[in-house]
Amino acid sequence: MSEFPALHVDTISFNYGKQPALKDLSFHLERGNFTVLLGQNGAGKTTLISLITRLYNPHAGSIHIYGYDIRFQSAEALKRLGVVFQQRTLDMDLTVRQNLMYFTSLHGLERDQAKLRIALELERLGLAERSNEKVRKLSGGLIRRVEIVRALLHQPQLMILDEPTAGLDHSSRQAIIEHVRNLCKVKELTLLWATHLIDEVAPADQVLILHHGELIAGGAVQEVIDRTGTENIQEAFQKLIGINNKLKIS
Amino acid sequence: MSMIQYFRCFVGIIQREALRFLQQQGRFFAALVRPLVWLFIFAAGFRSILGVSIVPPYETYVMYEVYITPGLLGMIQLFNGMQSSLSMVYDREMGSMKTLLISPLPRWFLLTSKLCAGVLISILQSFVYLLIAWFWEVEAPLFGYLVLIPALFLSGLMLGSLGLFFSSVIKQLENFAGVMNFVIFPMFFTSSALYPLWRIKESSILLYNIAMYNPFTHVVELIRFALYGQVNYYSLAYVSIACAVFLSLAIWGYDPTRGTLARLKGN
Repeated sequence: MSEFPALHVDTISFNYGKQPALKDLSFHLERGNFTVLLGQNGAGKTTLISLITRLYNPHAGSIHIYGYDIRFQSAEALKRLGVVFQQRTLDMDLTVRQNLMYFTSLHGLERDQAKLRIALELERLGLAERSNEKVRKLSGGLIRRVEIVRALLHQPQLMILDEPTAGLDHSSRQAIIEHVRNLCKVKELTLLWATHLIDEVAPADQVLILHHGELIAGGAVQEVIDRTGTENIQEAFQKLIGINNKLKIS
Repeated sequence: MSMIQYFRCFVGIIQREALRFLQQQGRFFAALVRPLVWLFIFAAGFRSILGVSIVPPYETYVMYEVYITPGLLGMIQLFNGMQSSLSMVYDREMGSMKTLLISPLPRWFLLTSKLCAGVLISILQSFVYLLIAWFWEVEAPLFGYLVLIPALFLSGLMLGSLGLFFSSVIKQLENFAGVMNFVIFPMFFTSSALYPLWRIKESSILLYNIAMYNPFTHVVELIRFALYGQVNYYSLAYVSIACAVFLSLAIWGYDPTRGTLARLKGN
């Protein structure tokens, strides 16, 4: 399935009751790209991620991960997907290792292989010595790192991170961004990074701008800047949101 | 996904529940206090005013403590089933349910495995209760204890499925108090857990009919007969069908397209 993009979202819509959350959204991610999904709080980022991870199915449209339909070929699609959710999803009363072993079992990994991968990934992040500590004892930044390790254990090809730096201090934020960007290069991962923080966008990234459940811009950062006739991505973002608001009012 | 991967996943879910159980031993013993209070205090007070005639599976007059033991085993299962669903609402609010649901294995398998893990803990609780009750002269034949295991498993799965369905419907943790008032207590008190069906029939035909439809009555009767090495086939069929219905509803509740979960914002 080498011809398929890493992620293909095709005209999806989703409502909470009668309230539309996402409207006719379409985009695709090329393999190996680092894409920032940028949007204010409430723009629909988490809903979009819930659909990509099949927590819910879209009310219209389809989502394919490496060519596999998330709805009808969910096992094949989910095997290729690693996720770090916005909420912390580790069991605070279990140790780092116990949490990671549980996750590997959910993917049916063989025990020895799982142990090996856990040791390797923890070592890579400098967490090997903390592996027998309860998650509750770790700082917010370290918990995020463990969640990143966990999302990598089944060796996904596409990784999605939903506001992974939320609630972290500046240095922890920087460390996590740096680490994930490095992963993208080393492991040749396709990455979708959802955030509302514009300073997390780098000039070489791809960007998708979501506003009120609609995709209002997408492409390379420089393309978006050029298209909006602005100086930088921050201005482009503000202008896009402003333009969009004016359009809505008129 | 191969069979071995299913097996690894199942073992992983059981292990996690076992680890959580080891972390929360206080909760395990606290859950035992409830039926033991009923056994030691309620039954002691009630035995003098409630006569129990000889009805199957009993072959002689039995003490009230003996009569209510199957009902109290059912109570352990009922509270455990609801408690595990409470933990699922909590897991959903805290996000750890998402970890389970993004596994590539089918959702019905993941949810059923999680239910089985909870049932195994409740079986352990039931046997600890029986051990304590044994010192209170509530004894059953050895064979009965063996037959009891599948009966407890089936009834635990049925009640856990009901709880799991509620967990998909309930939006927030706070709403769970309603389940206690509107599900657990009515189910328990309109069953044969505390008084035999013929007694209920004598006082109210309506209540008797409700008790006959109440799946918890059949849980209690299934356990009652199993404890004496016998099978109450009507109750077995009733509990099996109820289990299939509730499990289907629970799996439907967590279905990403049609289920109730998909309609709740913010999960």
